[in-house]
Amino acid sequence: MAEKKRILLQGNEACAEGALYAGCRFFAGYPITPSTEVAEALSVKLPKAGGKFIQMEDEIASISAIIGASLAGVKSMTATSGPGFSLKQEGIGFACLAEVPCVIVNVMRGGPSTGYPTGPGQADVMQARWGTHGDHPVIALTPAYVQEILFETVRAFNLAEKYRTPVMILYDEIVGHMREPIVLPEPGEIEVVDRVKPTCPPEEYFPYDERYEIAPLAAYGEGYRFHVTGLNHRQDGFPTNDPATIQEGIKRIIRKIENNRDDIMKNEEFHLDDAEICILAYGSTARSGREAVKIAREKGIKVGLLRPLTLWPFPEDTIREVSKRARVVVVPEMNLGQIVYEVERCADCEVVGIHRVDGEPITPAQIIEVMERYK
Amino acid sequence: MSGAAVAVKKKLSVPFDYSKYIRPGKLPHIWCPGCGHGIVLKALLRAIDKSGLKKDDICMVSGIGCSSRTPGYVDFNTLHTLHGRALSYATGVKLAKPELKVIVITGDGDALAIGGNHFIHTCRRNIDMTILVYTNAIYGMTGGQYSPATPVGSVSHTSRYGNIEPPFDTCEMAKASGATFVARGTAYHCQELERIILEAIKHKGTSVVDIIDSCPVYYGRMNKYKSASQMMEMIEKNGTISVKQAEKLPPEKLEGKLLRGILYKVDRPEYCEEYEKLIKKAQGKG
Ligand SMILES: Cc1ncc(C[n+]2csc(CCOP(=O)(O)OP(=O)(O)O)c2C)c(N)n1
Ligand code: SF4
Repeated sequence: MAEKKRILLQGNEACAEGALYAGCRFFAGYPITPSTEVAEALSVKLPKAGGKFIQMEDEIASISAIIGASLAGVKSMTATSGPGFSLKQEGIGFACLAEVPCVIVNVMRGGPSTGYPTGPGQADVMQARWGTHGDHPVIALTPAYVQEILFETVRAFNLAEKYRTPVMILYDEIVGHMREPIVLPEPGEIEVVDRVKPTCPPEEYFPYDERYEIAPLAAYGEGYRFHVTGLNHRQDGFPTNDPATIQEGIKRIIRKIENNRDDIMKNEEFHLDDAEICILAYGSTARSGREAVKIAREKGIKVGLLRPLTLWPFPEDTIREVSKRARVVVVPEMNLGQIVYEVERCADCEVVGIHRVDGEPITPAQIIEVMERYK
Repeated sequence: MSGAAVAVKKKLSVPFDYSKYIRPGKLPHIWCPGCGHGIVLKALLRAIDKSGLKKDDICMVSGIGCSSRTPGYVDFNTLHTLHGRALSYATGVKLAKPELKVIVITGDGDALAIGGNHFIHTCRRNIDMTILVYTNAIYGMTGGQYSPATPVGSVSHTSRYGNIEPPFDTCEMAKASGATFVARGTAYHCQELERIILEAIKHKGTSVVDIIDSCPVYYGRMNKYKSASQMMEMIEKNGTISVKQAEKLPPEKLEGKLLRGILYKVDRPEYCEEYEKLIKKAQGKG
């Protein structure tokens, strides 16, 4: 077979391609660096595909519009960065509780506040986990390569549709703006999942039917006339004050993700089998981590890389496993320590972080320098 | 319709059957006795009935507040969203399924304070939806704080010394923002309100109806209205005047009065229809 044509794309453009491939036909957003190119690309490509792009008046309006569009049956996405991600938090909580599939891209930059708009950062990983109020489940994916952004965007839509939940894609300015040669998959080449729709008669339909772990989701305007609210609700979608129903409702949305970890989790392991030192890194920092492994191995240091592509839910079991064999887990991240504490919570060995928030990437040399101390 | 048919209808005057639009088992509602929201809902349901729209074809979207609880009681496609955000959710629904008739229920706090930005931009786009602003001049749901529609001097739980902030004129704002149908009604003039809402629903584009409503429990009690009915009398006697009556009066007699009726109506390209043209253009078919 002839080798597939490679094209040079930016991470943000690859994200737009992934969304289109996954069947996204609605995008609402508000321009913000370094995510803007996702919106720009989709403003051109969505109408061509018969879909719709709208530039809303702010990020709150954008997350709201995609939830509305998704409830009307259309796969939907928004993309933003730092400050805009903060503004979306209330809407993300709504999508969690009301169980509305949608995808939120956050191309991470420096912060807090306006911070360093054109520089990379990884300081939103905890906001992704706990940014919205209340207990809730989170799925967040952390691609590190341009090609991977495309694939992970498709996976984000698939998970959102399958588990009726918002899915976040977190990558940073470095990969968002980096150009790499990638291959666009042919239609049918990678799996595309669509939400399960009800087949029962409308009078028997419950949007949160307790007989299912994840109930089928009807679309507005198709005869089901269901109710959606951000209040704690019963299986029929209407508000409740009943303590048992409230608690069970929240536990169920968390359970539906926890029970399906096998399907949701994804890691890359690189030279981990005999590693005495494990680097745990995600996003563009993992690119430096990988390079550091190669260099250190040449020096005879037994190092491996664990790279979560699903950062939330957190790969607790994998870290527990790896840390039984390793002496130390090194966690480089472009923040002053976020995921490192999660690793500490799970690891059976020493954990050490490498952190910087000066808008510069963490280099392989910086990681090697720390590892030298543990060889 | 022939004259005979009209006569027959008048003679029988069958009470309107609201039950076909109310979801079984969802009443009683949360509204206090004497609250104006229920009167508005009845006018709305009669207008929907007259419009001939099917229940399946209506999507009712609301924000947060006492008024915004309406969608939970009625048998349409319904979406109770976040405080202030109803119009943005509604925009998503409408763009995804333009064939749906979208009706937004929102309070004066919901629409004009936290949702003010969405309000002006929704009007500007002229996207086809009907926005009913329940203006009770107070935050009912949170227990009676002043809103952007509270008159100067009114007492509320956060304006104990009298409100010093001038209120918005919702209709002027809607018109200036680009809404193509702007009207005002009241919970007292409920037959007139039904007719206004019907026209708003039939309009293609963003239609805004500012509905002077009452919160006897908070606004009423704090501003020395003895009863819910006394508040209704206030709505009748003071404050508003119909567009028709106003035409006959000199400007000095209209001072301090809000106009009732359809205040503004124009035809301008509607957002979803323009979007369909854009899609054809992008696909090289336009
Ligand atoms: C983000 C957010 N801020 C504040 C609130 C609290 N809140 C609930 S309803 C409401 C005001 C409701 O007033 P209005 O919209 O006028 O409707 P009414 O209750 O008078 O019908 C407020 C401030 C909230 N739910 N969400
Ligand atoms: S608090 Fe006021 S607005 Fe709310 S239901 Fe009671 S009377 Fe109506």
